[in-house]
Amino acid sequence: MTRDDRPPPLEDLDARLKAARSCQADKRDDKSEDRKTSELGPALRMGSDLVAGVAVGAFIGWALDRWLGTQPWLMIVFFLLGAAAGFYNVYRSAKQTTGVAATDSGDNGDQDSPSDGTKKE
Amino acid sequence: MADPLAQFEVKTIIPLQVGGIDISFTNSSLFMSLAVLGASGFLVLGARYGAAVPGRWQSMTELTYEFISNLIKETIGPEGRRYFPIIFTLFMFILFGNMLGMVPYGYTFTSQIIVTFAMAAVVFVGVTILAFAKHGLHFFSFFTPPGSPVWMWPLLIPIEIISYLSRPLSLSVRLFANMMAGHTLLKVIAGFVFSLSVFGVVPLAFVVAVTALEILIAFLQAYVFTLLTCLYIKDALELH
Repeated sequence: MTRDDRPPPLEDLDARLKAARSCQADKRDDKSEDRKTSELGPALRMGSDLVAGVAVGAFIGWALDRWLGTQPWLMIVFFLLGAAAGFYNVYRSAKQTTGVAATDSGDNGDQDSPSDGTKKE
Repeated sequence: MADPLAQFEVKTIIPLQVGGIDISFTNSSLFMSLAVLGASGFLVLGARYGAAVPGRWQSMTELTYEFISNLIKETIGPEGRRYFPIIFTLFMFILFGNMLGMVPYGYTFTSQIIVTFAMAAVVFVGVTILAFAKHGLHFFSFFTPPGSPVWMWPLLIPIEIISYLSRPLSLSVRLFANMMAGHTLLKVIAGFVFSLSVFGVVPLAFVVAVTALEILIAFLQAYVFTLLTCLYIKDALELH
């Protein structure tokens, strides 16, 4: 019995190494989830994401207006599109940070509220 | 009271003119060089022994390496390893820039919009080239949100394009605004210390607290810039 156990079977060394490594990788993933900085970091993104969308939209509108000579109109249109893009940026970054379960409920809430609003109007 | 914005002034140290272009060595360039030297020195000297049981310094270098390595693994996945050098360099450069700004009489080059915008533009252009190299013209499908009806596309595609173009602006403005606002706030509060004589203790205590907060912000902004670079690379690799 002891004789059979003593030489470590080298044939399945690869498989055992792989198993051990994947086990460690799982442990690391579990640990990284409760890091506090990853909560605060994305929260600081959202303000500038919103502003940048509006600014880029308004700038594109202003530049197109100057080029095509359609003074206020394209700027108004692109300002609104930029605002939409800004909100979309914030929505997307919120979706990335919160867990899958949270986004599912958030999705439903978001889809419900605009349809409710249009019904009232 | 001293001008709280005087700290952001770019001062020429060694005047240089090449072909009518001003490439003088300024205090901003000095601190950029210091950041590069500091980051390289920190890593090279920390890893010089390569001990199996790391000392304090080596632990710190290993910690920074693992931090970015794990960040890439979490956000991009295993194929993100290829982009480790650029991501790690960006993180160390911004981190050292922000931290050198916290040293008294230091200069914060990340509080200049042109510096942060240059870094954001490099990331933006690089990521766009990467996406084109990886997917060719299929890249444009990035601007059509999945699962949306075709009749919505005329509205959604401009929104997606604006959202994509707003990335470098958002990336640069965030870092610049945070650093500049924090340093201005510090100087303004510090100005009250002398004008309030004995009661100057109150703003002095406040300055100490804000300095601690600023060190946190300095780290966090470097982290956020790096995190977003990772997310953009992931978008370029996967398209959605």
